[in-house]
Amino acid sequence: MKHFIDFFHKHSGVRDAPGDHPEESKFRYRRLRKYSILLTVLVSLTPLIIMTFINSHQYQKALRAEMTYPISRQTSNTRRSLEAFTAERRSALNLIIKEKSFEDLLDHENLTFTLRHLKESFGGFVDLGLIDAQGQQRSYVGPYDLEGKIYTDQDWFHEVQLKGVYVSDVFKGYRGFPHFVIAVMHEGSDRSFYILRATIDSDVLYHKILSQSMSPSTDAFLVNRSGILQTPSRFHGDILKKCALPIPPYSAKSEVLEEVDLDGKPYVLGYAYIENSPFILMEVIQPQFFMRSWLSVRNNLLFFLGISIVLILIVIIWGSYYMVGRIREADLKRVKALHQIEYTNKMASIGRLAAGVAHEINNPLAIIYENAGMLTDMITYGDNIPKQDKFLKHIKSIISSVDRCSAVTHRLLGFAKRMDPHIEQIEPEGLIKEVLGFLGKEALHRNIVVNVHAAEDLPAIQSDRGQLQQVFLNIINNAFAAIENSGQIDIAIEERGHDRLAVMITDNGKGIPKEELERIFEPFFTTKKEYGTGLGLSITYGIIKKLGGDIFVKSKVGVGTTFTVILPFQVSESGE
Amino acid sequence: MDKISVLLVDDEEDLVFTLAERLVYRGYDAEGVLSGAEAIARAEEREFDVIVIDVKMPGMNGIEVMKRIKEKHPNTRVMLITGHGSIKEGEDGVAEGAVDYLQKPVKLEDLIKKIRLAVGISDEERDE
Repeated sequence: MKHFIDFFHKHSGVRDAPGDHPEESKFRYRRLRKYSILLTVLVSLTPLIIMTFINSHQYQKALRAEMTYPISRQTSNTRRSLEAFTAERRSALNLIIKEKSFEDLLDHENLTFTLRHLKESFGGFVDLGLIDAQGQQRSYVGPYDLEGKIYTDQDWFHEVQLKGVYVSDVFKGYRGFPHFVIAVMHEGSDRSFYILRATIDSDVLYHKILSQSMSPSTDAFLVNRSGILQTPSRFHGDILKKCALPIPPYSAKSEVLEEVDLDGKPYVLGYAYIENSPFILMEVIQPQFFMRSWLSVRNNLLFFLGISIVLILIVIIWGSYYMVGRIREADLKRVKALHQIEYTNKMASIGRLAAGVAHEINNPLAIIYENAGMLTDMITYGDNIPKQDKFLKHIKSIISSVDRCSAVTHRLLGFAKRMDPHIEQIEPEGLIKEVLGFLGKEALHRNIVVNVHAAEDLPAIQSDRGQLQQVFLNIINNAFAAIENSGQIDIAIEERGHDRLAVMITDNGKGIPKEELERIFEPFFTTKKEYGTGLGLSITYGIIKKLGGDIFVKSKVGVGTTFTVILPFQVSESGE
Repeated sequence: MDKISVLLVDDEEDLVFTLAERLVYRGYDAEGVLSGAEAIARAEEREFDVIVIDVKMPGMNGIEVMKRIKEKHPNTRVMLITGHGSIKEGEDGVAEGAVDYLQKPVKLEDLIKKIRLAVGISDEERDE
């Protein structure tokens, strides 16, 4: 902790703050607090935010993998089913065209029989037609009247000649049902050929295969290579309309892509090009679903991050305020201690100066005194002088003035002696009277009555006379200050317990308000705005504590104040 | 009984001669000198019952003067005058052989009391 504080002292310049301009030092503590908060926030929140980001990224990745795997599997399965569906029907037609001769198939009854078999065995067959090498439908069974129709100029007729087999796009037939066509060609040994053409109901594709592979969140449909929907789609358009999604690039295998749709929402697409057909299988997981699942995770993460940040900030800000407060308190204490030392030094200097002056004045005072005595002697022991009485009266006046000067120098010397702690035997009542001696004149001028009530048989105490003089002088001085014009100060001295002395100093002055009473012993607390240092009672408190005693104050505004000083009969070694 | 002889040693001219004169008024054989050296010389010339010496003097200090006089006149009673509050100085002096000490400012009455006491004690000792 100490190093931390040192660090901040160094980096914020607070070390030299105490005693400077208060506004500037206030600014310094604010800056210290700011640095402390910023730095702590930086080191604690940065890793948290980075961790959350990484976590979210990982989660997103895992979520995608979880979503793409089933779709990829589903796409492969559906693709196999679709390929099997067309292959089955193509093979059935191939078998028929190879097994049966042109003439067999030309026979209407025979062809009807074959179509029924196909419907029963495979399903989805709508009609069946036989087309000769000239492109004319020579025989037809089915719901429409297509016999004799010429297909020469249609693309599929040429393509089937080229490849031997043809699967058409889905189209709407005469009654509006979606169909597609499978055509196979049989080439005879004389290079003559004929074609068997069947129409398949493409709804079978949708209902038997695609709808099986759909879950509530997915969409599965077929498009052709121009992007026209070959089956109905849940979310991507109607049959035979342009699909809203772009056509994925060709691949021989099933693929999974992550894409973004026109609205900017992500989706997962599984697709496969169906072999020997114009169809492309598309399986799409709805963006909404994908987003919902992801948003819930992200929201949880953000909520956790938010709560953490708020908690961390509260702790950091509280901690910084608390710590800077403590540093400031410690600094203030140090400043106060420095001030007190300064004050004590000042008092010591004044003491030495006073002692020097007193010494210098004492000698001439003694000379005046002895010479005045000599003059008295001259009259007393012999020589007669005119106006002897008046002469003696003047000498008496000189001697009494010298006595007064001596009393002053003695007090000054006593004050100087007080600087060095010195334990001696003290008569409590005598001590109080000594202190009152300093204030006698003021009491007289201000019409203040001072009563001293000492209990009978008070023992002498062992303590520091000079320091106790200072203590009582301070307290009685304060009592004088509290009394405005005339008033009364009662000083009671009594035993407290069997080893302590209590001195109660009560004035009937203006009293101290409660809020001031709590701070009265704090250094620099003063009510005497212009001329008080605010140190008197704090020094008093310090001295009494040092001498092993205690001090209490009771006060009522308008009634008066009582200071109670408790002193041990003997100052313990540790107390000094 | 002979007059009690007293030598006062102090560098304050106005004080030492006045005090001596006042003692004379009161029936003492008293005289004053202004330095340690003068005191030693005077003590050579005649014997004193009591010698009162100011500890703090320019040149030789009071205790030194006392020691020098005591070497030749061990029976002479020496009294010291110390600064105000310098009790320790006085007590040191007593340990070195002074009969008593006085603190400044010296009052005549106190001085006479102590001189009488010093002589009285020594009289008793003589009686033994």
